[in-house]
Amino acid sequence: MSIDTATAARVAKLARIAVPQEELPKLADELNGIIAFMEQLNEVDVEGVEPMTSVTPQRLKRREDVVTDGSQQKAVLANAPDAREGFFAVPKVVE
Amino acid sequence: MADLNKLGIAEARDALRKGDVTSMELTEACLGAIEDAGALSAFVHNTPDIARAQAAAADTRIKSGDAPDMCGIPLGIKDLFCTKGVPSQAASRILEGFKPEYESTITQQLWDAGSVMLGKLNMDEFAMGSSNEMSVYGDVVNPWRRGNDDAPLTPGGSSGGSASAVAADLCLAATGTDTGGSIRQPAAFVGITGLKPTYGRCSRWGVVAFASSLDQAGPMTKSVRDAAIMLGAMAGHDPKDSTSAELAVPDFEAALTGDIRGKKIGIPKEYRMEGMPPEIEQLWADGTAMLKDAGAEIIDISLPHTKYALPAYYVVAPAEASSNLARYDGVRFGHRAKIGHGDGITEMYEKTRAEGFGPEVQRRVMIGTYVLSAGFYDAYYNRARKVRSLIKKDFEDVFAEGVDAILTPATPSAAFGLGEMANADPVQMYLNDVFTVTVNLAGLPGIAVPAGLDKQGLPLGLQLIGRPWEEGDLLNTAYALERAAGFVAKPAKWW
Repeated sequence: MSIDTATAARVAKLARIAVPQEELPKLADELNGIIAFMEQLNEVDVEGVEPMTSVTPQRLKRREDVVTDGSQQKAVLANAPDAREGFFAVPKVVE
Repeated sequence: MADLNKLGIAEARDALRKGDVTSMELTEACLGAIEDAGALSAFVHNTPDIARAQAAAADTRIKSGDAPDMCGIPLGIKDLFCTKGVPSQAASRILEGFKPEYESTITQQLWDAGSVMLGKLNMDEFAMGSSNEMSVYGDVVNPWRRGNDDAPLTPGGSSGGSASAVAADLCLAATGTDTGGSIRQPAAFVGITGLKPTYGRCSRWGVVAFASSLDQAGPMTKSVRDAAIMLGAMAGHDPKDSTSAELAVPDFEAALTGDIRGKKIGIPKEYRMEGMPPEIEQLWADGTAMLKDAGAEIIDISLPHTKYALPAYYVVAPAEASSNLARYDGVRFGHRAKIGHGDGITEMYEKTRAEGFGPEVQRRVMIGTYVLSAGFYDAYYNRARKVRSLIKKDFEDVFAEGVDAILTPATPSAAFGLGEMANADPVQMYLNDVFTVTVNLAGLPGIAVPAGLDKQGLPLGLQLIGRPWEEGDLLNTAYALERAAGFVAKPAKWW
């Protein structure tokens, strides 16, 4: 499988990283190098092997479905680049 | 006492308890050494006020007779750990100005035990890198040099600041994190001990996430005994990390008897890589002989899927990173790009992440996005997870045959020069993790122990891999190896 500049542009879009048009060929090259390295995995017979979900066999722990934390609006907003009136502020989302 | 910053944890603990030294004296010695060592770029956010306040409190506690082992010990903390009110930016521009409102579980446990925070340590951005050249703070420099050649060398990565700081005696020990070798490779490059515990031994809560199924924090220290002591303070169950194990923390230091008679040590043939430098091969043979002389039984073993560990890792780790790093969107914390007239929220995300992430992080996020995208998920991500199961089974099989620990080289080379890999393709850099990455994929404990010098005078390390949850036994084998190797070399001070 090979990544062309259109695929590189699509991946960058999905990853929400702005990549200038002129840098797409270099990006595609780099991604191809890494993907080619991964292709080695095709040599392995994985028939009937379960994909690993956790290194230690464990069920994710459950807890009571109750509020355990909260009322920390100030702390939550303390690091926001733009917080106003108790909210995170972002550019206009809906026209 | 002179040169207090050169002490290890165990010596300092004993001297503190005897009243021969105070935590304030230790702390001042380290703060002075840090001041002097700007050329190493190891410490990036210094916290002398916090350090002095903690040292004063530790001295009071020691006087009262209630002092845990880590009480009064000055430490460096990798920038990946969130420390309340202190910049914690994972060496990334995207977390510029971020001061957490909370403390990571591990650092909280260390402060509760009375340890002293000297400051935050440089690293590769988001722990992605093997040379510490991927940091917004600039490269970390290894205190070691090749003979009289003053070309700056890498301390390895991603915990390069931790490695450099401990090797240069800027602190008594440091925290590190290890996703594919980020504790063990830098430890080997600077001639110190680095332990990656079993996955789940130490809480990941408050440690900036890279690849959650692989990340594990651990100690980077001047001796195996120090690693045992510090792990005791870092480990333990944490309800805030659902993958942290509900297991009691044993007394790891008590396991250090040095007696390894009858232990079965596996030597995996697949780690004998083509093109391996003869010095690494010799070191490995020497280490094997040392363990044999100490009474261990040496067994040739096979871990047949070793070759596939790196490609599997470079699917799984970027996939998890692409999910974890989705949170950096310029909304809740850190950097936000200036946006143009008419730009909406999507442009804000895209510009913020393009400005905020360095090239290696961008590359890995995009690779992860690609392998998780529709149509490729099975071909790459699921296949890699299946190969990961096989890699883990390789280890389970040899442990089932009675092998207690596995001895391998820690790295395929000694420390290389900063900039020497600049024109190599990314995959060349990934090969640094060839001996360490299997351990993360299988969730096992692994330790790098300094074992010798190469002909240029640079340290080389050996790695021991243990059974899950048996860090005590692993540390004891490492202790026997450390005693036999007798590595005492230190870098000559040039900085």
